[in-house]
Amino acid sequence: MASGNMSNAGVPPMRDRSWGRVAVYVVVWALAVGYLVPFGVVLLNSFRTAEEIAQTSMIGWPTNWVFGNYTAAWATYCIAQTCSGIQPYMWNSALVTVPATILSTLLGAVAGYSISLWRFRGDAWIFGLVTMGVFLPEQMRLIPWTIVLRDLGMTNTIAGLVMIHTIQGLSFTTLFCRNYYVAIPVDLMKAARIDGAGFFRIFWRIVLPLSPPILIVTVIWQFTHIWNEFLYGVTFTTGQQQPVTAALIALSASVADVPQHGIQSAAVVVAALPTLLVYLFGGRYFVRGLTAGAVK
Amino acid sequence: MKLNLRRLPEYLVIWVPLLLAAGQIVTFALWTTWISFTSATLMPSGDWVGLKNYTNVLATRNWKIAFDNLLIFGFGFVVLTALTGLFLAILLDQRIRGENVLRSIFLYPLALSFVVTGTAWSWLLNPGMGVQKLVNDLGWTGFRFDWLVDRDMAIWTIVIAGIWQSSGFAMALFLAGLRSVEPDLVKAAQIDGAGPFRLYTRVILPSLWPIVIAVMVILIQTAIRTFDLVRALTGGGPGIATQLPALVVYDFMFQRGQLGRGSAAAVLMLLTLAAVLLPYGIWKYVQRRRAANA
Repeated sequence: MASGNMSNAGVPPMRDRSWGRVAVYVVVWALAVGYLVPFGVVLLNSFRTAEEIAQTSMIGWPTNWVFGNYTAAWATYCIAQTCSGIQPYMWNSALVTVPATILSTLLGAVAGYSISLWRFRGDAWIFGLVTMGVFLPEQMRLIPWTIVLRDLGMTNTIAGLVMIHTIQGLSFTTLFCRNYYVAIPVDLMKAARIDGAGFFRIFWRIVLPLSPPILIVTVIWQFTHIWNEFLYGVTFTTGQQQPVTAALIALSASVADVPQHGIQSAAVVVAALPTLLVYLFGGRYFVRGLTAGAVK
Repeated sequence: MKLNLRRLPEYLVIWVPLLLAAGQIVTFALWTTWISFTSATLMPSGDWVGLKNYTNVLATRNWKIAFDNLLIFGFGFVVLTALTGLFLAILLDQRIRGENVLRSIFLYPLALSFVVTGTAWSWLLNPGMGVQKLVNDLGWTGFRFDWLVDRDMAIWTIVIAGIWQSSGFAMALFLAGLRSVEPDLVKAAQIDGAGPFRLYTRVILPSLWPIVIAVMVILIQTAIRTFDLVRALTGGGPGIATQLPALVVYDFMFQRGQLGRGSAAAVLMLLTLAAVLLPYGIWKYVQRRRAANA
């Protein structure tokens, strides 16, 4: 997304050098720098020593670049009395995010397909109920999930979080896929059914080959949301089972003798990296997901 | 019967995920609502106590502060984020070189979690090591920017971080809206001699308002559910100065072990949300009906 490709191909080159245009450029780039600063500051601090940060401020260019913050943040820094860095928590996040993203996307695709193309009695009702999950606040589900996890013996497990994110993610994935599949012509379906194709064959042969755009949007959406999720992570897991968002909060709460802002910054950068990379490489689909989610 | 059995896998694939998703939503919502009417404390069981939990929660200082904060934060965050997004969209709509790069820059905070956002801003806004320290070190020793530790202003630090995180989203939707304004309409206005300012205020922005409302509704939803950002940025402090309803619910449920009151607070959150979403939903429905009849 960040790579060039000017979209306004038809726009004539800038000849109009009026003050108004200069002002637009100055303002827009000043704002852009402003938007880069908060994360840029963290990024720069991840290469500065704790002493340097303490002597000046959090905002500054590294005088000598150090990379040790990253090794410490990854493997040795102490978070809530466990000195393992954020590495185990990154794995937890990955082990929750990847299966939950795949499962919720697949199930959502099938659900969206059966609602939009394989009409059945009560489909509108069930679709309405499922999409209500998009709006129902997490706080209304915390106690029920706690009880369900306890009864299933899944308290404080990665599998528990995968289950929660899969089932709750269905609201979004079903909505996305259903809205995409309604555009598939009914005649295509009819022809396939006359040829004797059943539920699975039509899905496999007709619907799935048309699906890559919406599946990419859905995967990116789910990945970003589950990776960045904090409330369920902090409620349903403790200690070494927590996802990285919860570990970051624990990390900034742990008071060291000497503040280690360089290492903490490195930890923040590492934790943010997966979703940032997804954004950089899939930006177009990321934006499409936003608009799809907004036009509910 | 034979036919039904052969189609069993199909039924399972259709109904199991849908029933899980829909069933979870309905039963969990009803379950929490039920608990909110009981005397449940550490365990989710107790006697029916009617509205006692609600009157109790509404009377706590915690909830009052949280709700006042929600009004301030909700208003500040929603209005300023929408305005910032609109401003960015209009700037980017001026046939700017490097539009793609700029758009990516304004949108990247959205890829970051609220935890990362809150942590980054907690460092920037910390008077002892952030912006204030920098300006003081540069020579302006009297400069003060200590909202983070100021009881009255701390809620605005959450507004600032929220705007930074979400304005790109508003921008993306507004930009799409600006790009889909009828070109003929714009041309006609230009022929009539409308300058750029009049063009925006009279022609383009009025046609944008359905998107404005959609963006506002989504931002209000975000505001009501805000939890992580506060935890990472202020921790609810100083004191309880930046409490929000979502934090109060969590506090009741998992810190004080008062499940009944926590559930009541959660239902109050849901009602707040419904107060916004229901009118919007009805308005959307009426619009769709009208479009279908036209």
